[in-house]
Amino acid sequence: MTLLFDKHAKPSIQEVMESGKFLITGEIGPPKGTDIDEMIHHIDLLKDKVHAMNITDNQSSVMRYPSLGTALIILERGGEPNLQVTCRDRNRLAIEADLLFAYTRGVRSVLCLTGDSVPVGDHKEAKGVFDCESVQLLQIIRNMEEGRDSGGNELQGGVKFYKGAIVTPEADPIEPQMLKFEKKIEAGAQWFQTQAVYDMDNFKRFMERARKINDKVKICAGLVLLTSMGAIRYMNANVPGVFVPDNLVKEMADAPKGEALNTGIRIMARQIRQCIDEKLCDGVHIMAIGKEDVVPKILEEAGVDITKM
Amino acid sequence: MIITTSKPFEEVLKELEGQDKVFIVGCGSCATTCETGGEPQVAEMKAKLEAEGKTVTGTVVYEEVCHELNTKRKFRENKEAVEAADGFLVMCCGAGCQSVREATEKEVHPACDTVFLGNILRQGQFVEKCSLCGDCVLEDFGAICPVTRCHKGILNGPCGGTDEGKCETDKEKDCGWTLIYNQLEKLGKLDRFKRIYGLKNWQASMKPGRVIFERKGEGGE
Ligand code: SF4
Ligand code: SF4
Repeated sequence: MTLLFDKHAKPSIQEVMESGKFLITGEIGPPKGTDIDEMIHHIDLLKDKVHAMNITDNQSSVMRYPSLGTALIILERGGEPNLQVTCRDRNRLAIEADLLFAYTRGVRSVLCLTGDSVPVGDHKEAKGVFDCESVQLLQIIRNMEEGRDSGGNELQGGVKFYKGAIVTPEADPIEPQMLKFEKKIEAGAQWFQTQAVYDMDNFKRFMERARKINDKVKICAGLVLLTSMGAIRYMNANVPGVFVPDNLVKEMADAPKGEALNTGIRIMARQIRQCIDEKLCDGVHIMAIGKEDVVPKILEEAGVDITKM
Repeated sequence: MIITTSKPFEEVLKELEGQDKVFIVGCGSCATTCETGGEPQVAEMKAKLEAEGKTVTGTVVYEEVCHELNTKRKFRENKEAVEAADGFLVMCCGAGCQSVREATEKEVHPACDTVFLGNILRQGQFVEKCSLCGDCVLEDFGAICPVTRCHKGILNGPCGGTDEGKCETDKEKDCGWTLIYNQLEKLGKLDRFKRIYGLKNWQASMKPGRVIFERKGEGGE
């Protein structure tokens, strides 16, 4: 089979994981519009500093430049993409077609998400699709890997992806979340990125639970950069499943004027170090949300250099 | 029960532009309970339209406007007023409105928005618990419908947005999946939660739905 893309500049996420290295991923949030210069700048800045970059798929139900298109740009620039696929905007037909395309163009890892609800975004009157959800999406991919689409029809050439999923350690209640985590593994998830964690003690408790369920599946902690007190207040009030603990709020509040971002960078560097030193998990996923420029600085402060790992 | 809400009066007036003589139809079933198309609302509408200079040729309120034969019969009974009208204002659900459409060649105008199939909590309080998917899965989920009571209608457990048991879309609404979890746990049936549900057949009740029961004693045997 001719793949239109067969020269990867970087090892795949699966290769990094299976070599036992600590995985460092970043995130690219595509712009709202065709002005992609800044995004390309971020891709170039990150491609050699992290193992791979997630591309969000109409994040928070806000319409943007597409995740699949961005994944191709990352490959063109010599980076490694982790394609996020949500079930909010596409039915099973559209998702399967996109996956066929992604595979032929060199995408090797897919992160399966259900997707946020439509009304939280900027197209509030749109129809939410949700023909399938994250667990079923994992199953769809597994079937496609075995050469069948979800209608049971044979494919002329299947796909192969490193299948990722997410889990929310701060969900309330947590029990159904953990049962779903288990189902995702059963449906084929090989690795996980968590939703934002801030409270490392809570994260440790989550990891204990997760390891009891399955001690082989790879889990990476999702870390969000704290940039200002305003951002913290906003997240605590509005972002589901996110809770910034008091000690970090205090640390940010005590930062001298103009030092909030640097304090946030320090906090994340410390969290990354803790994850590595205490072997809490298999990697970290850095969400700098618009401040991708500072990711190299975060990694430097954490003393992390992927070329030397 | 079909839940309806009243369209703003200005919108109704706009619909009736150029229709000077109006016949009003209300419904003695759901729209009466919803207080959107019962006797009092029809009387109020009549008065408001007359104040706007319209002539109301007649009004009728009867059970099940959605019953098409019944509606035709009611129209025959009110022949004079029906014939005098330029058009009809229907104060009940979209099904009732289209039932009226089958009974006349004249213009038919909806006075309500039809919002969902609802349960009655108490007077004036309705919630949606079933969205008529045609392939009922209640048996597997402790008789709490994931298709309807979860905003996303997902079948394998909660999304990441659940917060203190409430839905990410609205803090006033329970997360359906938290309810299902609690119920299955109470019943000692969490194994059902753990089971993976494959893709749902969303075409089980293919639009537009149609069911024709074979009558006993006719045909077949
Ligand atoms: S599963 Fe379908 S038929 Fe059953 S309650 Fe839910 S929406 Fe209604
Ligand atoms: S919070 Fe609960 S009800 Fe709302 S979309 Fe998520 S799982 Fe469904």
